[in-house]
Amino acid sequence: MTMLADLMASQIVRTVLVGAAMLGAISGMLGAFAVLRRQSLLGDALAHAALPGVCLGFLVAGARDLGSILAGAFLTGSLAALAMMLITRTTRLKTDAALGIVLSVFFAVGVVLLTHVQATGGAASAGLASFLFGQAAAILVSDLWIMGGIGLVALGVVLALWKEFKLVSFDADFARAQGFPVTMLEAMLTIMVALAIVVGLQLVGVVLMVALLIAPAAAARQWTNRLGMMVALSALIGAGSGAAGALISATTRGLATGPVVVLVATAAVLVSLALAPGRGLVWQALAARRARARISDGRILAAMQGLAEAHDDPHYPAEQGMLGAALGKAPAPGQFDALKRRGLIRAVTHAPEATPHWQLTPAGQRAARATGTDTGDKT
Amino acid sequence: MIAAVFDSIPAMILLTGILVGASGALLGSFLVLRGNAMLTDAISHSIVFGIIVVWLLTRQLSGPVQLIGAAATGVLTVVLTEALARSRLVKMDAAIGLVFPALFAMGVILISLYARDVHIHVDTVLLGEIGFVWLNTVTIWGQPVPVAVATLAAVLVINLAFVLGLWKELKLASFDPGLAAALGFAPAVLHYALLTLTSMTAVAAFDAVGAILFIAFVIVPPATAYLLTRRLWLMVVLSVALSVAACVAGYVLARLWNVSIAGMMASMTGLWFAAALLLAPGRGLVAQALQRRTQALDHDCRALVAHLFTHQGTPEMAEENTQRALVNHLGWSRPRARAAILRAHDRALVERQDGLLILRGKGVAEADLIFGTQGTNRG
Repeated sequence: MTMLADLMASQIVRTVLVGAAMLGAISGMLGAFAVLRRQSLLGDALAHAALPGVCLGFLVAGARDLGSILAGAFLTGSLAALAMMLITRTTRLKTDAALGIVLSVFFAVGVVLLTHVQATGGAASAGLASFLFGQAAAILVSDLWIMGGIGLVALGVVLALWKEFKLVSFDADFARAQGFPVTMLEAMLTIMVALAIVVGLQLVGVVLMVALLIAPAAAARQWTNRLGMMVALSALIGAGSGAAGALISATTRGLATGPVVVLVATAAVLVSLALAPGRGLVWQALAARRARARISDGRILAAMQGLAEAHDDPHYPAEQGMLGAALGKAPAPGQFDALKRRGLIRAVTHAPEATPHWQLTPAGQRAARATGTDTGDKT
Repeated sequence: MIAAVFDSIPAMILLTGILVGASGALLGSFLVLRGNAMLTDAISHSIVFGIIVVWLLTRQLSGPVQLIGAAATGVLTVVLTEALARSRLVKMDAAIGLVFPALFAMGVILISLYARDVHIHVDTVLLGEIGFVWLNTVTIWGQPVPVAVATLAAVLVINLAFVLGLWKELKLASFDPGLAAALGFAPAVLHYALLTLTSMTAVAAFDAVGAILFIAFVIVPPATAYLLTRRLWLMVVLSVALSVAACVAGYVLARLWNVSIAGMMASMTGLWFAAALLLAPGRGLVAQALQRRTQALDHDCRALVAHLFTHQGTPEMAEENTQRALVNHLGWSRPRARAAILRAHDRALVERQDGLLILRGKGVAEADLIFGTQGTNRG
């Protein structure tokens, strides 16, 4: 705890912490829509496409001025989104190819500009390469105000157009038929993703930005089926990952904030995938086990019922080994005990044989009949 | 003569670029056709993790161990991504965007913690150092050859053998995986073989062009060729040729402007793509626009002919069969009316008589076709 207090005492750590949490919240909120619209990788392409904008912003401003750099990044990001749309609408190329083209070509132009700036820009351009992976320590308190402003704008737009965004995310065709300006709304969502990316550039860089868009949303999706809940949860998980990542990276020298934040967010996804109630892998495995047990129990009861009917004796004592033969595979002995505990069968002796025998109780007969109707199989 | 080539630094840089381009484009053609382009993105990012892990274990940055070890990470990425998508907890696009940033982030953290001062530098990971490939040589038959060139040449031979040897199977599996599976060609095996080779190529190309520019070499030339032809063999040949041309042009321009060589080579592939997008015969944007214009003009011609035919020989003829009527009654703009009349005149559909527009024989025939009034000629 004292270590945490020590960390929090540092102005830089506090700034990074607030910045990372804010970024996580913004990208979590906007990423939720991108993930639902199956446009997760658009964020990747736009993030890579921000690199030439960063360099252009630097070239125009002539210094490492955050405002112009972010404006440049936003400009080329939007240009990339337009190029994506042009390619997918006018050619036979599939979305994945269009994404790959936009991502790699914009990034290549960015690399060319970056080397040009580094060759001509002198010392001022030294920090420019940090936009590749982000450099959290370079964040200033004044940058937080810009990030906060962008976050508020994004929140305002999402709240104002909540119904429209919801409809476009789930059923764009229906929205279009209802007369909503779907292209416009989709463009707005894309532009806001570009905004989130611009905010994240300083912190996690162009390469890893996509994870901050996708991971919180993918984690949140596992816990709820309601959009409002998902967006809120996604923002929360994003903020938490940002804050936790910033703290962890502050403990070790040389541990960059961006990658740590990404790994924390990924851990949140793994936990959600495993544990989310009803949907998670652990729950799925448990449900599958229960279903298998139910079917297996049902088969035993049905087999006993069949033997009873064949012998015209509702209390026919079935020999345990014979039941195994009838079922094709001997059930585990524990299973008989479990059925006995549930009051469905009872153990009986059948002199002179010494092997275990079982008999359906009235409750067991009812359960066997229910199983029979369940499967439509009377025998 | 051969020694002179291998001792020339520009020749070696150029050769490295061409080898990257050719081996990438060979595989990329099939990846683009199969809609797997973004898996290249995932692979090329996550091999960073493989490269650093193999380096930590063996302290080898190149050679067969590195090639196979790091390539295994690429395949692992694909397997993890597809398993995640198959769980149906997240969609395919989100699965890609979850797996590779996590592996990449781990790679970056490992590099910054354990490999700060060695050959691997975080910026190199992204950008490559094609300008320095000649520094690291290996002696083959008494001739020092850059390691990157030797490795890439081997990879190119393997890729070429794969594509030529399994041409028919690849073609079938790319266009109709269902039929390929039904005929027993094991498209899944081909799928993983293709992605394994992509991973190996990415590892071999890593030193030269880095993780992200590699994507440009794999996706962009095949996508460009795809816009230009519908024949598979031509597409593959064209994409290799385009990539070689991009390397040569990129190298020249990069030396001229003193910018990143690999970045400029990748940017050139983007330039070819833009050119093809605009100018591809028959399907390019320019051709599409021209086609639309001709269609609109021909449609106006038909409307003009129909209009004239309706009023020809009636009392309103003096008023209706003029250019003014097209503007006033049909609501056309003057240039549009003029263009339609000129076009109809060129096609010998109408002629001017005493300031009136009169249908000629061909025009009457066209009107008959429009109204279905064959034989009841009013003209």
